[in-house]
Amino acid sequence: MDPAFLLIQVLNGVQYGLLLFLIASGLTLIFGIMGVINLAHGALYMVGAYLAFWFTSRTGSFWLAILLALPLTVLLGLVIERWFMRALYKRNHLDQVLLTFGLILVLNECQSILFGNDVHGVPVPAPFSGSIPLTDVLSYPVYRLFVSFVCALIAVGMYFLIQHTRLGMVIRGGASNREMMAGMGINVHTVFGLVFAAGTALAAFAGMISAPLSSVYPGIGDSVLIISFVVVVIGGIGSIKGAFLGALMVGLTATFGTVFLPELSGAVVYALMAAVLLWRPRGLFA
Amino acid sequence: MRSMPLKVNVILAALLVVLATYPLYGELLFPQQHDYYLQKLTFIVILAILAMSLDLLVGMSGLVSLAHAAFFGLAGYTLALTAPQYEPISLWIALPAALAAAAAAALVIGALTLRTRGVYYILATLAFTQMIYFVFHDSDFAGGSDGMFLFFKPTVSIGERVLFDLEDRTTFYLFCLGALAATYLLLRMLLRSPFGHVLVGIKENEIRIRSLGYNPPVFKLIAFVIAGVFAGLAGFLAVAQYGFANPSLLGWHQSAEALLMVLLGGMGTLFGPVLGAFAFELLHQLFAGWTEHWQLLMGAFVIAAVLLLPKGLGGLLLKLTRTRPPAGGG
Repeated sequence: MDPAFLLIQVLNGVQYGLLLFLIASGLTLIFGIMGVINLAHGALYMVGAYLAFWFTSRTGSFWLAILLALPLTVLLGLVIERWFMRALYKRNHLDQVLLTFGLILVLNECQSILFGNDVHGVPVPAPFSGSIPLTDVLSYPVYRLFVSFVCALIAVGMYFLIQHTRLGMVIRGGASNREMMAGMGINVHTVFGLVFAAGTALAAFAGMISAPLSSVYPGIGDSVLIISFVVVVIGGIGSIKGAFLGALMVGLTATFGTVFLPELSGAVVYALMAAVLLWRPRGLFA
Repeated sequence: MRSMPLKVNVILAALLVVLATYPLYGELLFPQQHDYYLQKLTFIVILAILAMSLDLLVGMSGLVSLAHAAFFGLAGYTLALTAPQYEPISLWIALPAALAAAAAAALVIGALTLRTRGVYYILATLAFTQMIYFVFHDSDFAGGSDGMFLFFKPTVSIGERVLFDLEDRTTFYLFCLGALAATYLLLRMLLRSPFGHVLVGIKENEIRIRSLGYNPPVFKLIAFVIAGVFAGLAGFLAVAQYGFANPSLLGWHQSAEALLMVLLGGMGTLFGPVLGAFAFELLHQLFAGWTEHWQLLMGAFVIAAVLLLPKGLGGLLLKLTRTRPPAGGG
């Protein structure tokens, strides 16, 4: 096997994994802290992708689009938390699954009404549109490297925030014992709102920066939702570290699965998950 | 729910009679659309079998499984794959094969996922469903993403004698209705047996059941396989009805819709999910008649139902038919 080809696959796998981490970290935090399974998390990724497409086509600038879209997604997260999630904190998992399933239907259909069912593309933004040549025939797009870099930066920032700040301490406390945090005078609802809005913004941001890589199409959220759940299950629910390592494992497995086992490419990551569950039923880090 | 209030049984029997005699008066009531309604009713009855079998897990055993579509779809695909292209297959071969496929899949998925609990269980069942979905979607042996056709409905005959001609729509409808009634009676019998008592006990208090000397995982696995077999029955009938199997039968949206029917109808009642299947499909028809964006209305309805009707329609029916007021004000 050509080493340049192998390098490209590794880079692709890491980039996909880092992108998955953005989505899965929100999912795992929302479950770990708020105790809610949010099936609509993939739909939030879809919202981000469509907002990036729409604002880019209106303003002509991808960066401006992200700047305009991000506050909107934070707002969306706050609204969903206030109106729907708050009713679910004391409900069982079944109700949570169904209500967030309802949210998926609503968000998907809103997308279909507002943007139609066509496949759209977002051009790769200017400074990163080139490729780095590796051999005579193979090259690697700069934008993919940029995406990996941004995701890695966010991961480091998140680690710092959670491990070394007061807010991070509250979040970790909330994940391990909610009642105790409330008893110690922390306004749990504010923390929940914050965490949910942050999770929403992270998932939507992942949708935005991946819009120039893949086209924007209906049902885009469903595909990332399930794969992010696989990441969360592998890593252990509530664990950011687990989400990070799980995302890289899934990203590399999926990429190499597509290269070496194209017939079963969709199934290999689930086989990986089955193996992890057999070995550790609560994931690697829970 | 071990014994049904008499009134509920009477209402259910009346409903069954209304449904079973539909072919007699349907032509008179809806001269134009009789055939169309008959097809829709058949499909609702099939979905009701799926939802009822899921209730054995969700309502009776406390297992919120999203893997039910896998067994539904696998059995359907087994029918389409085993049937020869130019002649019909015998039900005596196709049905056992389809149910065995569903049972085998349920045994494997159940054994793997029952090691997990709570939310891991939901996510693990979801992921296994998607795995099977992708196997059928990405590889060519069953037509890939396009799915595959079944050209003839299975034959039901003993020797040369034809018992049911399933190509006849009315016969097929009554056959499905019979399957639904049989599923209900079998599951009700199961729940009345000592096995069923242990199952309900596990949901109520697993530690206590364990301390009584039972092994809960084994009971859960058996319940999972039984529910999977009945889901397979529904999938077999669904593919037989439309003559077509495609990957969406196996997708997790199918699982979520079945869960929705269970919740809508009221879980833990067995008959509730039947009401849920009717309510869901009738709403589907109603919304789809209003707008092509019916999913928006359906989604809003689902959200409202979860927030406002936690016990479902079955719970409402039980509450309305209760003769004595609940002791102690609630």
